[in-house]
Amino acid sequence: MSKTCEISVTVNGKAYRAVVEPRLLLTDFLRQTLGLTGTHVGCEHGVCGACTVLLDGDSARACLMFAVQADGRGIETVESLGRIGQMNALQESFHEHHALQCGFCTPGMLMTATDLLRKYPLATDDDIRKGLSGNLCRCTGYEHIVKAIRAVVDKGHQRP
Amino acid sequence: MKPPAFDYIAADSIAMAVEALAQAGDDAKIIAGGQSLVPMLNFRMLRPSILVDINRITGLDVIAETSEAIRVGALTRHYQLETSPLIAEHLPVLSCAMTHVAHLAIRNRGTIAGSLAHADPAAELPMMALLLDAELRIASAAGERTVAARDFFLGALTVDLAASDIITEIVLPKLPPRTGWGFEEVARRHGDFALAAVAATVTVSGGAIEQARIALTGVGPTALRAHEAEGLLIGHALEPDLVNRVIEAVRAAIEPETDLHASSDYRRHLAGVLTGRALAAAWRRAYESTA
Repeated sequence: MSKTCEISVTVNGKAYRAVVEPRLLLTDFLRQTLGLTGTHVGCEHGVCGACTVLLDGDSARACLMFAVQADGRGIETVESLGRIGQMNALQESFHEHHALQCGFCTPGMLMTATDLLRKYPLATDDDIRKGLSGNLCRCTGYEHIVKAIRAVVDKGHQRP
Repeated sequence: MKPPAFDYIAADSIAMAVEALAQAGDDAKIIAGGQSLVPMLNFRMLRPSILVDINRITGLDVIAETSEAIRVGALTRHYQLETSPLIAEHLPVLSCAMTHVAHLAIRNRGTIAGSLAHADPAAELPMMALLLDAELRIASAAGERTVAARDFFLGALTVDLAASDIITEIVLPKLPPRTGWGFEEVARRHGDFALAAVAATVTVSGGAIEQARIALTGVGPTALRAHEAEGLLIGHALEPDLVNRVIEAVRAAIEPETDLHASSDYRRHLAGVLTGRALAAAWRRAYESTA
């Protein structure tokens, strides 16, 4: 066993301290150490996008990062977006446009879309599709996901 | 899968990182963005006993301008390069290429030097380093050295880096005036590695091409420059017959692999088609810049 490290990390605005093994992936830290199971684990090698979180505001694959690297940084997970009965505009739009079927990819889609909406104009549906190209939905429900994000773009002022 | 156990060192300076690497011998790996390394760890294709994290070294992610060049710090993230006003002004072909690198979450985290050091045969950055005649500054326990991109890529996933070497900076010479550019890529899905990609620049003078560069990726073990094809363009205007001869020269210069994604013949065909398109765009932009 390798030497453990003590880390301080802020997740969804709350400060945590923990002692971790260096090889602990951020996904497992979030889900198993902190019990925040909204972040899903699909492929564990950066292909499916299900584990996407925001690291100091920028989207990142939580399976391609070690918890020890998050020391001193801020993480936002899907749990930060809203709650039942009080969803944010993007979540409402996913609900309204039926942008989820089984829901497995949804946390990654929401976190990716949050960063895309902040960084790109997403003027065309093609831009949205390109932006989502790193997130797999095996129900293949992309059409509705694109529509949900399009609706948020078109409302402009409600961008996250 | 989960990565094997390792010890972790967060370096706060190049000197500290170099020393940690030198002490560990061949048994340490640098982690920067981790976007290629961590999958290999998760699959246990690599089992380093020590990871030296260079993410906390300050000043290593700066994009700066000198009179002759743009200097890009090793830890610069793909997204930073994609959106850099300095790159957009002086090396717009690179801004365009960066939009093809993987997906936003990966561009946010992956680093320029990491992509060059990894040297995937179908990645965009090695091709762009070759196109732009980049130089890499490398630190090690033995001191500093500079390597030209053309000498750096030795084979698939193989570069001129020893175990204790760290790339610190990439120097990209500015393009001459009256230069146009083109970038063309075909991938199965946006952000995937290229089946084939071509980047070209042409510099025009008095209606003829004075300097031409053509770089390709995805069509061999490393990215490459098509020097013979470039030579055909010098002193001429871009005309269909000439483009066809250049395309033939490019197809003759490459030996693409057949894999699950595309056959060798298809990649060779694509390389030619994309060369034609990239040159046409480069010629048009060069012409517009003189208008």
